[in-house]
Amino acid sequence: MSTVFKKSVPGREGVWPEKPRTEPRDFIDENLLRAGQPNLPSLSELDVVRHFTGLSKKNFGVDGEFYPLGSCTMKYNPKFTEEVAALPGFSRLHPMTPQLPGGGEMSSGALEVIYETERLLCEITGMSAFTLHPMAGAHGELTGALMMAAYHADKGNKKTKIICPDSAHGTNPASASIAGFDVVSIASADGIVDPDQLAAALDDEVAGVMLTVPNTLGLFEKHLPRIVDMVHAVDGLLYYDGANLNAILGHLRVGDAGFDVVHLNLHKTFATPHGGGGPGSGPVGVSEKLIPYLPISRVTRDDAGRYKLKYDYPKSIGYVAPFYGNFGVALKAYAYILRLGAEGLTRVSENAVLAANYLRKRLENDLDIPYNRLCMHEFVASACSAQKTCGVRALDIAKALLDRGIHAPTIYFPLIVKEALMVEPTETESKATLDAFVDVMKEIMEQAATDPESLLAAPVNTPVGRLDETHAARAMEITEDL
Amino acid sequence: MPYIPHTPEEVREMLDVIGVSRIDDLFAEIPEALRPKSFNLPAGMTEMAVRAHMERLAAQNAVHMDSFLGAGFYDHYVPSASDALLLRGEFYTAYTPYQPECSQGTLQAIFEYQTAVCRLFEMECSNAGVYDGGTALYEAVMMAVRQTRRKKVVVSEAVSPIYRIVLATYTKNLKLALVTVPHDKGRDDAAALADAIDDQTAAVVVQNPNFFGVVADFTGLFAKAREKKALSIISGYPVLQTALKTPGAMGADICTAEGQSLGLPLSFGGPYLGVMTCRKDLVRQMPGRIAGRTFDAKGRTGYVLTLQAREQHIRRQKATSNICSNQALCALRALINLCLSGNEGLSRQAALSIENAHYAAKRLTALPGVELLNDAPFGNEFAVVFNDNARRVARLLMREGVIPGFPLGRYYPGLENALLVCCTEKHHRKDIDRLVRLVEKVLQ
Repeated sequence: MSTVFKKSVPGREGVWPEKPRTEPRDFIDENLLRAGQPNLPSLSELDVVRHFTGLSKKNFGVDGEFYPLGSCTMKYNPKFTEEVAALPGFSRLHPMTPQLPGGGEMSSGALEVIYETERLLCEITGMSAFTLHPMAGAHGELTGALMMAAYHADKGNKKTKIICPDSAHGTNPASASIAGFDVVSIASADGIVDPDQLAAALDDEVAGVMLTVPNTLGLFEKHLPRIVDMVHAVDGLLYYDGANLNAILGHLRVGDAGFDVVHLNLHKTFATPHGGGGPGSGPVGVSEKLIPYLPISRVTRDDAGRYKLKYDYPKSIGYVAPFYGNFGVALKAYAYILRLGAEGLTRVSENAVLAANYLRKRLENDLDIPYNRLCMHEFVASACSAQKTCGVRALDIAKALLDRGIHAPTIYFPLIVKEALMVEPTETESKATLDAFVDVMKEIMEQAATDPESLLAAPVNTPVGRLDETHAARAMEITEDL
Repeated sequence: MPYIPHTPEEVREMLDVIGVSRIDDLFAEIPEALRPKSFNLPAGMTEMAVRAHMERLAAQNAVHMDSFLGAGFYDHYVPSASDALLLRGEFYTAYTPYQPECSQGTLQAIFEYQTAVCRLFEMECSNAGVYDGGTALYEAVMMAVRQTRRKKVVVSEAVSPIYRIVLATYTKNLKLALVTVPHDKGRDDAAALADAIDDQTAAVVVQNPNFFGVVADFTGLFAKAREKKALSIISGYPVLQTALKTPGAMGADICTAEGQSLGLPLSFGGPYLGVMTCRKDLVRQMPGRIAGRTFDAKGRTGYVLTLQAREQHIRRQKATSNICSNQALCALRALINLCLSGNEGLSRQAALSIENAHYAAKRLTALPGVELLNDAPFGNEFAVVFNDNARRVARLLMREGVIPGFPLGRYYPGLENALLVCCTEKHHRKDIDRLVRLVEKVLQ
């Protein structure tokens, strides 16, 4: 499909405002003005609608396809939350309104949403306070790491290191590093954190340990109570990567378990759409002792029920976002939490875990499952045997799934499982969908044994086949002619 | 239970396959001592009840007043077709395009977005966008620090204070020296900025139009930076870019922008779009996703995420940035908006906004006790100084249903009487006339 620029017909009218009476040069010196035009396409409204409708048809999405993409939690995104976020009372609200005289009252509905969402997230996780400011999970990690640094600096601790297990998301070490820490990686044992390895790495210079629970293998960290004690014993802080919170809702509150800082991914656990890669939202919660370091501004509520923004927190790390984070995303998560309530959220984790274990059991004879025991919301399989016996890799299985109208699992992650296929079905997929997935996987593994060549050629039913990524990186064609 | 489809019979069948008798058995590994001390959330609500609740909250926000509030975040018209296209589930319920064969829609859109913003700013390379204009500027500074291996950054005080406070938070632990060069009555002090650039300087950072709405040409300053082997970073305003001299023409190395003006709702601060563009030889320092064009075995054109070796999922702590997501849907919205407008539509938006602002400035300064902060050229926003406190003036006008702009004293001590006033193509002359009448009334 040609690019939108190739479809341009000079002179064609799109959605234009009225003709101005003047030109910019009537007010601004010529030498401050642009020479020439930017060469944007000239298209009719229908041209644009048809082009982008055409592009949309070349995408998989949760609305159309099963998307068992591990770690990403591609659950169904309720439609009503889109309408909620689009209400003019929210979508037209200027972010600087609260800074105007009397502005708190003029934005009290929005401030209440922030306040209440933070309060609900506190109750869900057992943390003492939350901020909605971070705009994605990785942004939340950076915010958390900056708060850990501020806490230690305030106490006069000389802390330079952060420990991450080798199963961690790549964002964990990257965020810690950007916050100014050195990163120490520790090896897992039997798929989970090994307390001995941790003990060997723990010293007085350790600012904290970043953990994902359940971890990226979908396994519960059963040494958690011991780990918490060990880390706190050196005045280290426990950081919770909330990518997998959807597995423990109502069954474990990380605040109760002893975590000091957590980030959540509203676009995972709380069903806001992923949008092809964003926008997300990565709120951060803290235990009592880290409250002074939360980013500003913060929403407060007085005895009369009035909401107000406050900035006077001398120990705060400052501003991680210009305003209040991705408010439009938080709105959707807030509406989702209200819709489900305590019981609904508990059913989310239960059914997510049920579905993952069901798939694990049904596929255990067809795929290698390196840690084949009760898992939580996801499990990691491996294509190692298929690779040895018939040269079919995880990548080939992924592409064969695309051919059959199913999105691939996450592949080659976590790094500690070779030929990894990470499967997360979520609670919103029906048993019929799960069974169909099992049938397809069995068929693909059968085909791997009998006709491996055909899998190496997959996908053939998608708009394009496997693309030459080496050429893309070398040729670096990242725009149309400028 | 909403959004959970299993019947009790199906649950039983699934438990049987797993070989456990109850759902609770699936959570057996969580020790009793770690069980929640409370989970005191309200009971669930129907969709209808949640919507009614949200509508009640939305109604408490004052969004129906005439407003001249901008300060970097602008209420431009959003064409209906853009909302309609954005709500296609194939776009908004997709994930990051790691599987390119089933993500060509998102990937081609990113490629087209990259092209459109490069053309708009006359820059050579763009990524798929970062969180917002503030983080884009921070990432630009970090690009310069990595590229030059220097630690000093010169920033004009006329750069948005909202960006500068974010920059300060992120760089605090990194031993960077942020040198802020004071503004001169709302104008960038180009001479002082040039003087501040030395052999230790990684970058000089300016904004055009600057926070006060002032329009300038930084060609000379950027040449000075080049002499000292420092990079030039400029933050722009996409809608006005059809009118104003481009960052590319000024010789900027990196240009960032808040993309909100390209059809994104104000939405109380987000989600927005951080536009990031640069010169070709800096592309490997750029964070975030980048889509590139290639082909498959049959020679068919396709698009992939490229240069991923910069990113955290490969490089972990050595990555150029920790950023994982982008604002794909926001970038798509910006692209659709640019396509619906085209050169002519966007130029008209810019020209009407500039025209309205100049009309407002002329009418306001004709009043006794009102003058412009400076005589510099401006685009669609300008600062006026009253013979009275600007917050007081604003408060009185808001009682009459008009938000007259942003009182500057909050970020610029000494400018307590100054107000930043913005216009877009959505303002009518009668709205501006009413603003002027009310200002006249409250100043009397």
